[in-house]
Amino acid sequence: MSVELDVFVGNTTIMDKEVYQLWLNGYTVNDAVKVRIEGGVMEECEASAEVLLSDTMDQYRTFQMCERLLHHPAKLANQLLFQIPPDRQAMLIERYYAFDDSFVREVLGKKLSKGTKKDLDDVSTKTGITLKSCRRQFDNFKRVFKVVEELKGPLVENIRQHFLLPDQLARDYAAIVFFANNRFETGKKKLQYLTFQDFAFCAGQLINNWTLGAVDNMMEDMDVDLDKEFLQDLKDLKILITDKDLLDQHKSRVNNETSHPLSLVCNALRGKTNVFNEMEANFKNLSRGLVNIAAKLINAKDVRDFFIDLVEKFIEPCRSDKWTSIDMNLYLTHYTNSAHILDTFKHHAVWTRYMGVIKSCILRMYHD
Amino acid sequence: MPGKLKAKIVAGRHLPVMDRASDLTDAFVEVKFGNTTFKTDVYPKSLNPQWNSEWFKFEVDDEDLQDEPLQITVLDHDTYSANDAIGKVYIDIDPLLCSEAATVISGWLPIYDTIHGIRGEINVLVKVDLFNDLNRFRQSSCGVKFFCTTSIPRCYRAVMVHGFVEELVVNEDPEYQWIDRIRTPRASNEARQRLIFLMSGELQRKIGLKVLEMGGNAVVGYLQCFDLEGESGLVVRAIGTACTLEKISTFPATATHPNNSSPSKDMKEPGFGEEAPGVPLSSGPPTPLRAQTFSSFSPSKSYSRQSSSSDTELSLTPKTGGHLCHFCMIPPSPFCVFQEYPFFTLTAFPPGFLLHVGGVVSARSVKLLDRIHNPDEPETRDAWWEEIRQEIKSHAKALGCHAVVGYSESTSICEEVCILSASGTAAVLSSRFMQDGPLDTEHRFEEVVSPGCGFCHIPYDELNIPFPAQLTYCYCCRRYKVPDVLFTTIDLPTEANVTGKGCLIQARLCRTKKKAQGEGNATAISSLLPFLEYELHTQLMNKLKLRGMNALFGLRIQISVGETMLLGLASATGVYLTALPSPGGIQIAGKTPSDITYEQHISTMQKKINDTIDKNKELYEINPPEVVEEIIGSPIPEPRQRSRLFRSHSESSDEVSELDLSHGKKDAFVLEIDDTDAVEDIHALLTDSPTPAGFYSCNTEIMPGIQNWTSAIQMFTSVRVFRLNANLTNQGLNKIFSDLCENLLKSLYFKLRSMVPCCLCHLNFTVAIPEDELIQVAVTAVAMSFDKEQPLENGKQSGEKTLIKGKHRPLKAMSGIFPPHLSFLSSLSPSLSLALLLSTASSLEKASPLPEGRSRSLRSNRSYSGSSVAVVKMTPLSFIPGAKIIKYLGIINMFFIRETSSLREEGGVSGFLHTFIAEVFAMVRAHVAALGGNAVVSYSMKECVFMENPNKNQAQCLINVSGDAVIFVRESELESTSVQTQSATTHTSNATL
Repeated sequence: MSVELDVFVGNTTIMDKEVYQLWLNGYTVNDAVKVRIEGGVMEECEASAEVLLSDTMDQYRTFQMCERLLHHPAKLANQLLFQIPPDRQAMLIERYYAFDDSFVREVLGKKLSKGTKKDLDDVSTKTGITLKSCRRQFDNFKRVFKVVEELKGPLVENIRQHFLLPDQLARDYAAIVFFANNRFETGKKKLQYLTFQDFAFCAGQLINNWTLGAVDNMMEDMDVDLDKEFLQDLKDLKILITDKDLLDQHKSRVNNETSHPLSLVCNALRGKTNVFNEMEANFKNLSRGLVNIAAKLINAKDVRDFFIDLVEKFIEPCRSDKWTSIDMNLYLTHYTNSAHILDTFKHHAVWTRYMGVIKSCILRMYHD
Repeated sequence: MPGKLKAKIVAGRHLPVMDRASDLTDAFVEVKFGNTTFKTDVYPKSLNPQWNSEWFKFEVDDEDLQDEPLQITVLDHDTYSANDAIGKVYIDIDPLLCSEAATVISGWLPIYDTIHGIRGEINVLVKVDLFNDLNRFRQSSCGVKFFCTTSIPRCYRAVMVHGFVEELVVNEDPEYQWIDRIRTPRASNEARQRLIFLMSGELQRKIGLKVLEMGGNAVVGYLQCFDLEGESGLVVRAIGTACTLEKISTFPATATHPNNSSPSKDMKEPGFGEEAPGVPLSSGPPTPLRAQTFSSFSPSKSYSRQSSSSDTELSLTPKTGGHLCHFCMIPPSPFCVFQEYPFFTLTAFPPGFLLHVGGVVSARSVKLLDRIHNPDEPETRDAWWEEIRQEIKSHAKALGCHAVVGYSESTSICEEVCILSASGTAAVLSSRFMQDGPLDTEHRFEEVVSPGCGFCHIPYDELNIPFPAQLTYCYCCRRYKVPDVLFTTIDLPTEANVTGKGCLIQARLCRTKKKAQGEGNATAISSLLPFLEYELHTQLMNKLKLRGMNALFGLRIQISVGETMLLGLASATGVYLTALPSPGGIQIAGKTPSDITYEQHISTMQKKINDTIDKNKELYEINPPEVVEEIIGSPIPEPRQRSRLFRSHSESSDEVSELDLSHGKKDAFVLEIDDTDAVEDIHALLTDSPTPAGFYSCNTEIMPGIQNWTSAIQMFTSVRVFRLNANLTNQGLNKIFSDLCENLLKSLYFKLRSMVPCCLCHLNFTVAIPEDELIQVAVTAVAMSFDKEQPLENGKQSGEKTLIKGKHRPLKAMSGIFPPHLSFLSSLSPSLSLALLLSTASSLEKASPLPEGRSRSLRSNRSYSGSSVAVVKMTPLSFIPGAKIIKYLGIINMFFIRETSSLREEGGVSGFLHTFIAEVFAMVRAHVAALGGNAVVSYSMKECVFMENPNKNQAQCLINVSGDAVIFVRESELESTSVQTQSATTHTSNATL
């Protein structure tokens, strides 16, 4: 005897959160049943494995039927086929668009193309996330990317409205879209220690300050592309390292500021003479590093290397000198501020816009 | 030309892509009624076209308005080739023809294609202007209200119950016409859908005419069925109960304004008074009618029934009530004389209507189908049903009853063999609702009888019992005789005294049969039927005893015929009626008690059975008050300790068998386990697994012992098809079939576990044998959550406040069940009970675990998260817990066919059917919403015919659903915002102000 057909349809569509998660994670029906049995649901509800299998298959089918609606979440609220209460709809959408940090680290900054999709089985092996789940997450990225690509207005808001995502998730997607569009390199070994949330934070900074949207908020692609004019202006900052006087002046200002007797924190810093001395010795190198990054950003290729450059040119030297985050914060604050007092330095606006982002990115990225 | 139908096509959305090149669609719409067709303009290149058409007007006879559906076809314009159909919408405009139902159909309706399913939605507006029809010889019956609900609908009162109406129409099935060989599956499906729409319309109109002739204005308990007889044709038949209904305005605020629009009913005030909170016995709309509220309808109109039964003359006019008196304890009601069939499709009655219940009567007949040659003369089918109804009637008479209630008819067809079945409950009814004649005899009688046990008292003569039965004095009133067990097809009367809770009881049976053709086949089936029925009955009885109960309600026996087997499934809800004696246990014994191990085997089995009975008694809280015979000194016979199973029961005929209460001779029954059947019985008894904790189940409307429902309801349909291995024995088959049903139930419990504590109500199983080795079981039911803390004592008063809930509270039972020291609580002050009620109301909001239960108010329905989709509740019950139905918008009766030739791509058979059922639900909801409703009550899936051919990657399914579209408001809202709801929902009452 075999069950040929087995369906259950409720007027309100019944969806089990736990099974939904298993489905999203790409488990096969049989694996999902095993997980559920181990979870103890059988004892709880006096059910048999048979019942569990039937329920799991039924739920999987329901999810598959819903999946095409989830691709356009706005449709979920307007469709007639499934009667799903609004809070359930929100849950379905949120979980469908949720992603694994370990997965997103693998594809962050990569082109969301067929080629990348083909490599997903490697990603799957590496991360231990099922291929099915990888594909869903990848397709989600791609879908969001395609939709917002052609929209005007703020990126995060567009994602939130089109995909009905909660704020944090919408921000994360904005970061993913932003990274994919600018093809930032994130996969190098030196960058491995950074989490997705680190990058997402930096993306937020870049979007809010360096894109066209930061100045004009009704342009196409305004939040996805960096402000070309600004990138052009960044070249002018080179004067800070090419002009020997300016460089020396800047160095002494920073040293004075940090060694100002009235500053308690500085006193503390000065106490760590070792760090302070290193800082003094390295000033030229560090400053050169940061300004060079700025000057090169006009080239798309160098944009991609933005994060690796930050790490190589600034974070690594500081780390080898055993700076603490507090040291770092202090240094960057004074480094930024003292440039404004330099006599011949004129590019204050660009400098603030540049250093604001650099400072918060570096601070975020400065950890083990 | 008495009617003008107007339709306007507003817009479409989510249309499928019809032009691959542009990924868009050039859609236009054809609106067709009868032979008139209008077209909209083509709205180019859009998946969300805005036609905003003019009003298309059809000037038609009201006869056509009743028969024809409005047919809307959405097409894709193609310059070079034929236009492609996207899909269709059939709109039944019947609800618009009745002034008290819907006034406009407006909303998004799914565009349906029989091959592709739902393909987007269309927004339409439909209205009807009816002119007064003064033609006395008219063929239409506009204005007669139809209800699927098998009780008096909630916002009406029954002025008069006229009785049974039936009709059937036949036609050739388009699927079997020669043209079907050359047309596409889509064309064939659409021809069928359209034909069935037409036939149902015609049938409804004809029934309506009969009702008008009888002087009624409504049909309650309308049951329409299709017989797909294959080659020999298509039969659509319907039965119902003709009534004269009167709308009750449910708002206390309007109580001072009697509904002037209905002049002859000037005695409305008592009705309003009863509705007011705090007044005893305000148990919802089917209020106990008082004599003075009956308006005077002339009974002579009812006499005309005979001349109206156009094609069903068999000259079998019943004799006068003379010989009936022989059995009756009370004089037969006068209505018997003029009623050809005193049958009622109702299962619940206004208090005082049902006087006595005799027992279940059923009749079956096996027929060979032949081609229907002339569709205009469906005499053969009529004659078949006539026979059966006569049989039922005579069975009822034998039980001393003049009426049959809870009456239903069904068929099972396999190839050219057809089993016709009818069943009901023999009963004695009060004549108060039949006519306004003298009431003295009945009145005198009723005054003596307590309503909680009266219906259990035997209607037949004690000295002239039609079958052997054990009679005892009623355990409630101790004045009249009652039987030891009672089987009925009706719902548990609200006033019945019940001990503990009830549960679903099923008897399942499978019997192999030799493959045969024609007459031989029919004979073989006929000879098997009595055995099948008898064994089902035995199983039911045993299972009832095992649960320590003594009565069955809602009994439904379904017999399904296949080529090589017969399936029997009997479902009912077991309860312990306080009035009836406590059931004895079951004792088993070996035939030849020879060796010791055998004895031991028997004793362990006996112990198991006894344990199970004890466990069940605890589970269902069956602890009847101790019988204190000595104290009262009543001549009650000693309670019997064991049941007797009567194995040499003789059947009345091969074709027709009667289910009665006879359980054998007076000597004690011993279940002998040498008997293989008995082993099987015991096995079946003990393999029924108990319902998991927190769950209850019943197949009736309500569950005795549970009152405080929350608003969380979940209606569902589940379908399973099993493939059997060849060469199974009867026992093997039985086991498989039984497991199948058990497993299905278990799955349901598991699925709905988040609703615990909850009760699966109206569990309706339908079995079929779609192919040789397939068994199909379909279940539709509703899961309803309830609050665990039963407000036991104050329940009485809170029940009176919450009108709907009160309806289901066996009020009188309280005094019978609870120890006397609790009874003082029933006189609590109203304010206290109100507070208690409020506290339960607040706790049920947070306790509702399932989405549907989220206490969503009507207002929030209308405007949640900007979605245009209104929430529509569906339930097979006639009510919605915690809510009041304020308007019936008309009957929903829909028939859909879905076919696929890409079965695998659609997820196999399960994927295909899952989608289809979801689509059917969606279409029902959309049509209800378009009528302005927010729920369907008395919903049922009457047909689900599934056929597959996996080798060809094909499948086809037909589904027929029905129900009543209603508007309900939450009771909490009704109280707080009665003024608002009133203005929002009662146009009629506003008009009279």
